[in-house]
Amino acid sequence: MSKHMSKYNDVIIIGGGIIGNATAYYLAKKGLSVTVLEASKDIGIGGSSRNGGGVRQSGRDTRELPLAMWGIKNLWPGLSEELGVDVEYTQKGNLRLGKTAVHQKILQGLTDKAVSCGLDVRMINGDEIRAINPYLSEEVTCASWCPTDGHANPLTATLGYYKKARELGVRFITEAPCFELRKIKGVIRQVVTPDAIYEADKVLVAAGFDSRKILATVGIDVPMMPLKMECLVTEAEPPMFLQMLGTADADFYGHQSKHGSFVFGGSSGFEHLNKDNGSPISSSIGASCTCRGIIKYFPALADAKIVRAWAGWLDDCADHVPVISPVEEVPGLYIACAFSGHGFGIAPAVGYNVAEMIADGHSTIDLSALRYDRFKPKQ
Amino acid sequence: MKSINDRSQDIGPFVSQTDDAIIICRCEEITKGEIRQAIHDGMFTVNEIRRYLRAGMGLCQGQTCGKLVKNLIARELNVIPDQLDPATSRSPMRPVEMKVLGNEEVAHV
Ligand SMILES: Cc1cc2nc3c(=O)[nH]c(=O)nc-3n(C[C@H](O)[C@H](O)[C@H](O)COP(=O)(O)OP(=O)(O)OC[C@H]3O[C@@H](n4cnc5c(N)ncnc54)[C@H](O)[C@@H]3O)c2cc1C
Repeated sequence: MSKHMSKYNDVIIIGGGIIGNATAYYLAKKGLSVTVLEASKDIGIGGSSRNGGGVRQSGRDTRELPLAMWGIKNLWPGLSEELGVDVEYTQKGNLRLGKTAVHQKILQGLTDKAVSCGLDVRMINGDEIRAINPYLSEEVTCASWCPTDGHANPLTATLGYYKKARELGVRFITEAPCFELRKIKGVIRQVVTPDAIYEADKVLVAAGFDSRKILATVGIDVPMMPLKMECLVTEAEPPMFLQMLGTADADFYGHQSKHGSFVFGGSSGFEHLNKDNGSPISSSIGASCTCRGIIKYFPALADAKIVRAWAGWLDDCADHVPVISPVEEVPGLYIACAFSGHGFGIAPAVGYNVAEMIADGHSTIDLSALRYDRFKPKQ
Repeated sequence: MKSINDRSQDIGPFVSQTDDAIIICRCEEITKGEIRQAIHDGMFTVNEIRRYLRAGMGLCQGQTCGKLVKNLIARELNVIPDQLDPATSRSPMRPVEMKVLGNEEVAHV
C-alpha cells in the first residue's frame, strides 16, 4: 500500500479526547504547529464525552492532587471565557457521603491525606450535611466536605478545547487511527495511520487505554486495563442543589447540571465480567442498580425520569494514578494516559503542563511522581 | 481521506439566513442558526452537534430532529447526508422513573 506522506509538524497528538484537545490548544497558543489524529468519526467520543463531570480534589491520590488543585485555582474559573464556550463550571463543593462506621473510617482516611497536602476538606455530621443539602435522607450520617470542589460539562469542555484549538490553526483529522510509531535515528519521527504517515519532532500519545497498544510499537508499556463504567441522566428538574456528590461506598456519584438534568454514574459490581467487553454498551442491570443507590440517598428523586443511559471505559492504571511523562528511551515521545477514571477534572491542568513539558522541557507542576517507569515488581 | 475528516477544510464563512430563527430541536429549543454556527465552529457530526448544543438530547432524544440536523450538516459541508452517521441511540426507549427502573420486585403470576 502506498502511503501519502503528510506535511511536517512540530507536534502530533494521538487522540482527540479532552487531554489531546487541551494540550493541542495550549501548544498552539505557544505558537507550535500541531496535528491531532482521532481514530473515530467523532472528536471526544471516548471517556471525555461519557464522564460524570466531577472537578474534584478530595479523594485524589497525593501524587495527582497538586495538578487538581492548581487547575481549580488557575484554569477552571476562567475557562468558559477563554474558550468562548460555556463549560458550566460550578464550584459549590463536594460531599462524599457515608452511612456507617466503616464509611466514616474510609472518609476520615481520605480527608487526613488531603489535609496533609494543604486541601481544605473536613468531616461533617448529618445535621451539617443536611444544612448544605436538605434533600439527603436521614440515613446519611457523615461526609467529607470540600468547599472548593465542583463540576463542569464534559461535552462542552472537550469540544470547547477542540473549537478553540482549531481556531488557532491546529489540524484535526478524524478516522485516523494510529497503529504504529516509528523512530528514525533513535528519535521519534513518524506516526503511521491506514491512510497516511505523519511526521513530527514530538509526539504525544493521549489515546486512553488504546495508548497501550500504540506505545507497544516502540517497546513501552503502561500497565493499565479498560474498565467499563455506566452513567445515566434524568430529564430537566427544577434546581435542587449545586454540589458534586459521591459516596464512601462508591455506589453512585453525580450532580445536577445547569440544564436541570441530574447526571449520575454508578456501578453494579459486574463491570469486569461484562459480556459486552469490547464495546462500551450499557448493561441491563447497570442503570437499575444505580437508581436504587440514588433513591436511598435522595428519596425525592424517585419520580425523576431517566432519559438516557450510557457506558464508557476507564483507562485503569495499576496504581490508579495517571501516567504523564516524557519517554527517555524514545526522545521526543510523551505520554498522557491511564487517568483511571479521574482525568476530566485535571484535564485543563494536564493540557497546560504537558504543553509546557513538550515546548519548554519543564512544567509548572512537578510531574515526576507520574512517570511511566515508576512501576516496580514486588520485592 | 474523506474531506469530512479534515476538520480544517474551508467551508466558507457563516452567512446568516432568513430562517435561522426557526426551531429545529423542539425539546431543547435549538435553532437552525445555532446549529449552522456550530458546524462553522467545527462540529461536523450529528453526535458532536448534540454534545455541543444539546440538540437531540431532550425528552424525545432526537427522534424528531435527528434527520433535520443531519441534513443541515450535509448542506453546510456540501456532502450527501448518507455520508453522515445518525446520533447514537441510547436506552431507555422512553423516559422511565427512577423508582420504576430501580424496582427489584418481580410480580410472579
Ligand atoms: C463513566 C465515566 C465517568 C467518569 N467520571 C469522571 C469524573 O466525574 N471526573 C473526572 O475527572 N473524570 C471522570 N472520568 C474519567 C475521564 O472521563 C477521563 O479520564 C478523561 O476523559 C480522559 O480523557 P482522554 O482524552 O485521556 O481520553 P478519551 O476521551 O478516551 O480520548 C482518547 C481518544 O483517543 C482516541 N484513540 C484511541 N485509539 C486511537 C488511535 N490508535 N489513534 C488515534 N486516536 C485514538 C479515542 O477514539 C478517543 O477519542 C470518567 C470516565 C468514565 C468512563
